[in-house]
Amino acid sequence: MPVDPELTSRVFPSVAPYLVGRERIREFARAVFSTDSRNFDVAAASAAGFEDLVAPPTFAVVVQEATLAQLLAAPNSGIDFARVVHGEQGFTSSRPIVAGDELTATLSVTSVKSLGGNAMLTAQSTIVDQHGSHVVTATSTLVVRGDDS
Amino acid sequence: MSIAVGEVIAERTVHLTRDSLVRYAGASGDFNPIHYRDDVAESVGLPGVLAHGMLTMGLAVQPVVEWLDGRGNILEYRVRFTRPVPVDAATGATVTVVATIGEVNPEYTRIDLTVSSGGVTVLGKAQVRVSYVALLSDAELPDAVV
Repeated sequence: MPVDPELTSRVFPSVAPYLVGRERIREFARAVFSTDSRNFDVAAASAAGFEDLVAPPTFAVVVQEATLAQLLAAPNSGIDFARVVHGEQGFTSSRPIVAGDELTATLSVTSVKSLGGNAMLTAQSTIVDQHGSHVVTATSTLVVRGDDS
Repeated sequence: MSIAVGEVIAERTVHLTRDSLVRYAGASGDFNPIHYRDDVAESVGLPGVLAHGMLTMGLAVQPVVEWLDGRGNILEYRVRFTRPVPVDAATGATVTVVATIGEVNPEYTRIDLTVSSGGVTVLGKAQVRVSYVALLSDAELPDAVV
């Protein structure tokens, strides 16, 4: 089944809010080999002008994950998870994520293109905080390999 | 302080082991078994367990964060995943990051990352835009800005 080109007109409901915790920031920071004291030490984050621990630049992927799961589970999407390859990733930030943020992500599919036997799909997850202010938009380009490749 | 296009601002080498992948899986929530099981990786035609692309992306920006040292925020960070990073069970894999100034203008500074493993580039078009702008030499800046 080919990837449904009409995915771009589907409206996906926002996923449940994600509460950013200090320990998750510390674990993520260790996992990406961060040496930034603002990721680990509340006093250092505070001295830099932040309310609490600052998350590393790619932390938004943790929040984005639920929206990608939503995409892969979308009925009749034509997306076979076993055939999905992550092609590109981007983050456009209004501000860093900080512990205590309650983040809500909303998915939209911005493009579906056929490329040879494959499909290339761009999924954009817009992430806002508890005040409705934009924090970061995470964009993934997924390559869905065709049946014969 | 002024910076010039082409200037290398940071370099870093990170050694990844299977332990690193398990740690990233737990921290990120990405439990795709191709990142910890050779049999599953091989069953889908891969040479063996691969590092998460998002782990490579996540570690590659850290030298920029260090260089930035709180002088600004990261406005945008994007990469293409061009080649996988196989992580051998016994010997692991080494990832090298070189961060170079790609563009300076009044709104942002762009830093280009060259990320390689095993002698090949693994990320394409890896670019970071930061709000820190050091476009002019200090002598050219008004006193209030310096």
